[in-house]
Amino acid sequence: MWLPLFGLLLGVALGLAFPFTFPPAYTRYVAVAILAALDSVFGALRGSVEEHFDPVIFITGFISNALFAAGLTYLGDRLGVEIYYAALFAFGVRIFQNLAAMRRHLVDHFRSRT
Amino acid sequence: MKRSAQIGVTIICVILGVILTAQLRTQAGIRNDLPTKRLEEMASLLKQAESERDALRVQVNKLTAQLDDVMTQKTSSTTSLQEELVRTRLFAGLTPLEGPGIKVTLNDSTRAAQPGQDPNLFLIHDEDLLKVVYELRAAGAEAITVNDQRVVAFTEIRCAGPTISVNNTRIAPPYIVQAIGDPDALENALKMRGGILETVQFWGIQVQIEKEERIILPPYVGATSFRFAHPVEKEAQN
Repeated sequence: MWLPLFGLLLGVALGLAFPFTFPPAYTRYVAVAILAALDSVFGALRGSVEEHFDPVIFITGFISNALFAAGLTYLGDRLGVEIYYAALFAFGVRIFQNLAAMRRHLVDHFRSRT
Repeated sequence: MKRSAQIGVTIICVILGVILTAQLRTQAGIRNDLPTKRLEEMASLLKQAESERDALRVQVNKLTAQLDDVMTQKTSSTTSLQEELVRTRLFAGLTPLEGPGIKVTLNDSTRAAQPGQDPNLFLIHDEDLLKVVYELRAAGAEAITVNDQRVVAFTEIRCAGPTISVNNTRIAPPYIVQAIGDPDALENALKMRGGILETVQFWGIQVQIEKEERIILPPYVGATSFRFAHPVEKEAQN
């Protein structure tokens, strides 16, 4: 259970160790990437809580979500339409849905025990 | 959580951490950018320098007036010198002048730029003013001012953000160019087919030309001292 947290800390340490920044033009892509990663992590947490986690689905989901979101952002940039809001919105809603599902599952779990 | 699950999530978490820190640093870098941080400081410095300059300018005018007083006290030995001085000051643009001429008023276009059109085309730029001034000069104008800034040998007409800098003074629209000379010749030069006014009027820039019987142009009031240039010594000239 502690391995993902350790991974997050390792990532932060790596980010601090290598002082690279994103060009301001790519802020949207970074926002989409962060949300895609967050969404995947929460999806994984939910999957493990509900005990139907599948690593293959998890990894492919992360990659395809991130790629599609980046593609949408690029298309939006070309068209002058802020399509990347759709990706942000979808990821955000999913994070909250996963959180709610986990909460329900855990509450049910503790209720059934007492 | 199963082992394989943990490894997958860990990989994503590493990526997340790296992106998060990099983005945090990017945002911090944007916030600490020099323009936003030092803008106010620079503005106050500029204001201070400008008020100092204005005070000094008043002093210069006072001293010049004193000098004129001294020089106009007629004695036979200095008469020719005085004439020379008057002529030189005339050429240097240091004396107010009057005479017939024209007054050209230029203002930004009232037409709004269509989407996709460059809004810069509807504004007056330093080049436009320069072309007007050059055209007037070519038509024999003897003295020219732009918004009461006398155009002399040292005058720059230069883009300064939303304003135009003339004699290191920033001026804003409407731009009023006044010139002493033959009013008809000056007007015709500006109205020449394919000339400067026709070009700018195409973009809706508002131009008014008034021929005047008598206009008064103020003198050049900027710095008149040389810091770097010195007259060449006689021997070196051969």
